[in-house]
Amino acid sequence: MSETEVQPRAYRRPVSTWWWLEKRSYFVFAMRELSSVFVAWFVVFLLMLTYAVGRGDDQYQSFLDWAATPWVVVLNLVTLVFVVLHMVTWFNLTPQATVVRLRGQRVPAWAIIASQYVGLAVVSAFVIWLVTR
Amino acid sequence: MTKRRVEPILWLLFSAGGVLAAVFLPVLVVLFGLAFPLGWVTPPSHDHLHAVLGHPLTALFLFGLFALCLAHWAHRFRYTLYDGLQLKGSKGLITVLCYGGAVLGSVVSAVVLATVV
Repeated sequence: MSETEVQPRAYRRPVSTWWWLEKRSYFVFAMRELSSVFVAWFVVFLLMLTYAVGRGDDQYQSFLDWAATPWVVVLNLVTLVFVVLHMVTWFNLTPQATVVRLRGQRVPAWAIIASQYVGLAVVSAFVIWLVTR
Repeated sequence: MTKRRVEPILWLLFSAGGVLAAVFLPVLVVLFGLAFPLGWVTPPSHDHLHAVLGHPLTALFLFGLFALCLAHWAHRFRYTLYDGLQLKGSKGLITVLCYGGAVLGSVVSAVVLATVV
């Protein structure tokens, strides 16, 4: 590495592979990062659903049957836990990443967080209406 | 393009995907992952779901949702691998696999969504 050539060699304590098990906050951080894997899994799941719907009613019904098999249900339950973890941590971080001003006043963090939950409720209601009407 | 110029764009895609995943995925996981397969709620008929998915606006939106969620995954998972598991040695390979996977997934999404429209 070129960095070591210009900088004096400092001792760097080796970090264990399991550093994220050392503290609760590290563990939550690691789980939050891991949530992305379940986000990706659910995109794959929705793509399989879309593909099945495109191929006809029989394929759609067998997709639903497959989705009801125990391992897929367990996987999707775990997915729900991680997706909710992603949602909560994402909403909580938003006020730190964005500063919103209204009439020159900085909008407080709680208001930004609350407005996201309102957005979530509106979106969820719309999706449920669209899919089940 | 240098790393410095690419990084903010990747962060923007990661961030957009993070917002969409937080707002849209919980309800979709509950409905399609649990409630419909397990019969808690009567699943939509094939005709209805086909009509919803076949609408160009739905397809366009879902393409955006899928592509950005995958970009979100790629960015986060890349750092999970090299900070979390200390795999700093294979940085290049991880970067290619993560972003390459997201690009490939987006192409597959476009193809699959096009079969319903």
